[in-house]
Amino acid sequence: MSDSIANVTDALASGAARIIDLTHTLDPDFPVIILPPEFGQCARFRMEEVSAYDHRGPAWKWHNLTLNEHTGTHFDAPIHWISGKDVPNGAVDEIDPAAFIGPVVVIDCSAGAATDDDFELTPETIEAWETEHGMIPADTWVLMRTDWSKRSGTDYLNMAPDGPHSPGPTPAAVELLLKRNIRGFGTETVGTDAGQGMHYVPPYPAHYLLHGAGKFGLQCLRNLDQMPPTGALLIAPPLKIKGGTGSPLRVLAMVTR
Amino acid sequence: MTSALPFPSKKDPQKHTPVPVLPPVSRSRASLGLGVMAAQGRFGLQVCVECEAVQYPPRDACLKCLSSELNWQDVSPYGTILAETTIRVSPEPYFRERMPWRMGLVKLNAGPMLNCHLHGEVGRGNNVQMALKLDKAGQGVLIALPLEGSENMQDDPTLRAMSCNPKRRRILISDARAPIALALTEALLKAGASHVFLGEPEAWRAWPERKAFEGRENVSLLPLDATDTSSIAKLSAEIGGKVDILINTASFVRSGGVLGNDTTFARDCFDVNTLGLMRLAQGFGPGMAARAQDGINSATAIVSILSVQSLMPDKNYSAYAASQAAAHSITQSLRAEFRGSGLRLVNVYIGPIEGDPWFQHLPPPKVTPNAVARATVNSLIEGLEEVPCGDIAKDIYARWRADALLLEREITGEAP
Repeated sequence: MSDSIANVTDALASGAARIIDLTHTLDPDFPVIILPPEFGQCARFRMEEVSAYDHRGPAWKWHNLTLNEHTGTHFDAPIHWISGKDVPNGAVDEIDPAAFIGPVVVIDCSAGAATDDDFELTPETIEAWETEHGMIPADTWVLMRTDWSKRSGTDYLNMAPDGPHSPGPTPAAVELLLKRNIRGFGTETVGTDAGQGMHYVPPYPAHYLLHGAGKFGLQCLRNLDQMPPTGALLIAPPLKIKGGTGSPLRVLAMVTR
Repeated sequence: MTSALPFPSKKDPQKHTPVPVLPPVSRSRASLGLGVMAAQGRFGLQVCVECEAVQYPPRDACLKCLSSELNWQDVSPYGTILAETTIRVSPEPYFRERMPWRMGLVKLNAGPMLNCHLHGEVGRGNNVQMALKLDKAGQGVLIALPLEGSENMQDDPTLRAMSCNPKRRRILISDARAPIALALTEALLKAGASHVFLGEPEAWRAWPERKAFEGRENVSLLPLDATDTSSIAKLSAEIGGKVDILINTASFVRSGGVLGNDTTFARDCFDVNTLGLMRLAQGFGPGMAARAQDGINSATAIVSILSVQSLMPDKNYSAYAASQAAAHSITQSLRAEFRGSGLRLVNVYIGPIEGDPWFQHLPPPKVTPNAVARATVNSLIEGLEEVPCGDIAKDIYARWRADALLLEREITGEAP
C-alpha cells in the first residue's frame, strides 16, 4: 500500500504526473445562477477586509467572506435537490470522504457546443464515446467538456427572454449514466443541467435524477480541454459544512503526461 | 445680467487644491430653524401665535408681545431692498477669499427688516423675492433674488455657492439598472452636467435597457456594485477625483412582514440599501469632501434616493422599510460628518415608482421616473437637503414632520 502512494508522489515529483486546476477563481464578478426574482437567490461572492496590517490589526490581513454553497466552482450533494432529500448521508459533511478522490472520464462535447448553445448530451453521444474509450466504469466521475468556461460576461449565462441557453444532458443521457452507476457528473456551465433544462421531463434531469440516486454534481469547472478522456484522477473534497447541500471547492485532476 | 458660467479648464497639476473653508457656523438655537426651512426650500420665519407678528432675527420671545409661542411658518417672500453695502475686508477666511461681498437690507412686505446676501442682479430700490438657502456651512441664510432673473441667474457666484447645481459638474449615478437611472441621466444632461458616469453592477447579467445608455455623448457605464467593496475601491481610484455629485440609486426591495419575511432577503435589503450607501460614502465621500472648493466643478453633494418607508412602519415591506430607516439614519450621520467640508447630503424621498415590479400590485398614485429625476435635479439647483417627491412621499413626509407617532397609528391602525 505504501508503495502505491510512493508511486504517486514519485510520479508527481518526477513530472510523470501533473496536476490540472479545474477551478475558477472566486471573484465578485463571476456569474451565479439567476432565478426568477421572487425566489431566493444565490449569494454572489463578496469579501470584506477585517484588517490589512492597519489599526484594525497591525500585523495581519484577513477577510470575511459571504457566498452561497453554490457560488463559483462548486460541489452539489444529493440533498441539494428534493429528489435526494432523504438519501442517507446526503449532506456534504456526511458523505464518505473516499468519494472525494476517484477516477474521472471526460466526454468531449466542445465541437457540438461551439455551434449549438443548447447542445444536448444524449445517450448516442455517450455510446459513441464508449465505442472509442470503453464502457464508463462504475463509481467514476463523468465530466462534460464544452469549453463553455472560456466564455465570459453575458455570454456565460447566455440569458435570453426565454431563459438561459447553455449545453447539458437530456433525461435519457442521465438515465444511461445512472445505469453505468457513475459517482457524479460535472460541467463547465453554471449548473449540471442545460440552460433550458427546466423544460425537460423531469425538469432539471441531472439534478433530479442524479441526486435522487445519491450521485454528486460539479459545476463551473474549467480547463477540461487539458484533460484526457480516461485515466485521470479527480480530487474534489467539499468543505465539511454541517448539513451542507454543496460547497465551493478547489477541484484538481491528476493526469499522467 | 449674470454671465454664463464658463467651462472649467483642466486642473493645473502643479497647483494645490484649495482646502474648503466655511462661512461662520455658530447659530443660536432659535436660528437653526432658518436651516430647517432652507433645507426644504421653504421661505418661513417665526410668527407669534398670540399677536401674529413676524419675527426676524429668530428669537425666543415675541418682539412685540413677549410671548414665547413662536411658530415657524411659511411667509410671503416679497419685499424691497432699502439699502445695500459692499464689504471689502473681513477676518472670516470664507469671505476673505470672495471679496468684495454685497449685503443688503430688505423690508419684507410681511413686516420685518432682513439683513441678507444679494444676488448680482438686484440692488437698492428693487422689489425682490427673498429665499432661505443653505450656505456652505449648512446653515440657513437669506438671499434677495430678482423677481424675474436672467437666463443664467443660477450662475451667480453667491447663489451657486448655496446650491449644488449640476451645471458643468460630473455626476456618478451608482446603479444604472435602477428604474430612475435613465430619466435621471437625461435630466442631468439637460441641466448642463458635463458628464454622467453610471455604475453597472453585474455586467455578466444581460439587461436590455443598457442599450439606452450605449454610445451616448458624455455618458459612461462603468463597473460598480454597491454590495462589492472592491468594485467601489477600484472605481473610486479611477474616477474618484472627478465625481462632483454622487447619486445613490441602488435599491433592493422585497415584500413581507417581519414574521413572514426571511432573513436572507432582509440581509440583502440591508446589504444594498443600508451598507451599500455606507460603502459608497466611504469610497467616494472623503475624496469629494477634499474637493468641495475645487472651482467651478467642485464636489458638492451626495444624493440619497430613499423610500418614504424609511420614515414609517410598513408591515407589507418590513425588512425593506427597516433597511431604508437605517439608511436614513446613515444619511443623518453623513450629513454631520460632511458638514465640516461643505459637502451636502441630499435626501430625496419617494413612494412606489411607476413600473417597479415590486410595487406593481399597489394602486396609484405612483411616482414616475421622470418626476423623481426632475425633483432630484431641482433639489440640486435649489440647494435643498430634504426633498419629498410625489403625492405619497409628500403626504407621508408632512405627517411624519407633524407627528411621527400619529403617523404610525394611521399607517398601522387599519384593519388587517
